[in-house]
Amino acid sequence: MATNGSLRETIYFYMFRGSAFIGIAILFIVLILLFLPGHSVINWHFLTSSWQHRDITQGGIFSAIIGSIYLGIGVMLISFPLGIGTAIFITEYSKNIFWKKIIRLAIRNLAGVPSVVYGLFGLAVFVNFLSLGTSLLSAVLTLSVMTLPWIITASTESLEAVPQKFRETSLALGATHWQTIKKIVFPAAFPGCVTGGIIGIARALGETAPIIIVGATFYLSSLPTSPLDKFMALPYHTFILATQHSSPYASSYAAGTALVLISLTFLLSFGAIIMRYNYRRKKDW
Amino acid sequence: MNKEIIKTCSLNVWYNGFQALKNINVEIPKNQITALVGASGSGKSTFLRSLNRMLDVVPNTKISGEILFDGENIINEKVDVITLRRKVGMLFQNPTPFPKSIFDNITYGLEVQGVVKKKPNNFSDLFHKTKIIAQQLEQSHDSIDVAVVQSLKEAALWDEVKDRLDQSAFRLSGGQQQRLCIARAIAVRPKILLLDEPCSELDPISTSKIEELLLQLKKNYTIVIVTHNMHQARRTSDFVGFFHLGELVEFGKTKDIFEKPHQKITRDYVMGNFG
Repeated sequence: MATNGSLRETIYFYMFRGSAFIGIAILFIVLILLFLPGHSVINWHFLTSSWQHRDITQGGIFSAIIGSIYLGIGVMLISFPLGIGTAIFITEYSKNIFWKKIIRLAIRNLAGVPSVVYGLFGLAVFVNFLSLGTSLLSAVLTLSVMTLPWIITASTESLEAVPQKFRETSLALGATHWQTIKKIVFPAAFPGCVTGGIIGIARALGETAPIIIVGATFYLSSLPTSPLDKFMALPYHTFILATQHSSPYASSYAAGTALVLISLTFLLSFGAIIMRYNYRRKKDW
Repeated sequence: MNKEIIKTCSLNVWYNGFQALKNINVEIPKNQITALVGASGSGKSTFLRSLNRMLDVVPNTKISGEILFDGENIINEKVDVITLRRKVGMLFQNPTPFPKSIFDNITYGLEVQGVVKKKPNNFSDLFHKTKIIAQQLEQSHDSIDVAVVQSLKEAALWDEVKDRLDQSAFRLSGGQQQRLCIARAIAVRPKILLLDEPCSELDPISTSKIEELLLQLKKNYTIVIVTHNMHQARRTSDFVGFFHLGELVEFGKTKDIFEKPHQKITRDYVMGNFG
């Protein structure tokens, strides 16, 4: 019957629309719950001065912001080249389909390993075996290892999305394999690689468990001056303020710190979007 | 019979153990258009791809026999495929412009050969891409500019694109894109052009433009074209090779193949009795 059918249509329509709205609603509720207690503590002083342990209202989170930015830059420098390089090997060079499948399966599984496990790995390998100690460098390496599978997966997918006919045409014009990759395949896949990479880094910046294990501390009187120094970072700072601190203002400072962290990751994602947009426009794809 | 430019002796090709080409012996005449016809899976595209070693790209391929070009057996492992492909250009079924400007598409083949683009004249050129002006380009003596103008003119595309050389090649129509691909292929001055069903995705008007172009181009190039279109083979080619189930059943002058083929199966195919 027609009416019965259209009723069903309506029900399904609202069901799916409802689930879409729930996603958006959760995002807004999170933002509001952070903003309400957190916005009052955010001011220039809070962002630019170093931490005062005795009276948290006197201090700021400058060291934690800088620590997180160092982490982000370090992870980018290490995991981008390694991840994109691996993806290029998998998609362009590896001929053996069986091994390719094994490598990809391993990488997919690595992406699902809990971050605390990476923390333990970092402690065993970077901190102890390579004697880097609990340090910024150990944390950068640990988070890089953690983000690698995401970057590899995203880059592999965007490299595979480049039509095979581009490769064949380039080879038929007398280009070498490497010229084809450098001039045709990689430029076409680059925006996808970067977007995947930046999302990976944004997630790494929010990680708490692994960096506690390999080098983050709650209180430092000065900024790290060498890669082998300990460092402060926003997520760990938030965690301590929210759970361990006795000051009555601690919870609003935790929310404020979290707001800064979330803004930092939004900024990164936004940067990725702008970059991709510009690249596409320039490429006239 | 014209002098041959490429010659195969007992050429066999296998994909994963399946024999796609069986004992092919043929001589492709120089500066003529040779059409390869046959049903899908008959091996004509495989044959075409063997001529510039594009079969190397396909995994698990085995090839035996001889393909003689410039006095060399090009299936030999030691042959430099890069140099070979610069002498034996190829065009594919779908137009395959790169996501670059029209100008950069044409120069790609030269660029990978190491012909250097002229440096930006001044600092501001690095930031503002200066518009390419057709007249200046025609008068330029830079080897890349000369090649671009010449190949676009040869491909009968110059008048249609001269005022938008810096625009994306993707904005051209399908037929223009395919002529751009021809221009790109001849920019590196190959001796042979291999075309794999170049018109199968084009409308009749674009198709006839390409056919006219091929007739022009055979003065300077040897053309081998795979086609499913019997009329096209008849209109454009000087020689026809008919492939069936991996074998070259018949090869001869176009007129002979269409009017008095030796094999019944050839006649059935060119008459359109099966396909």
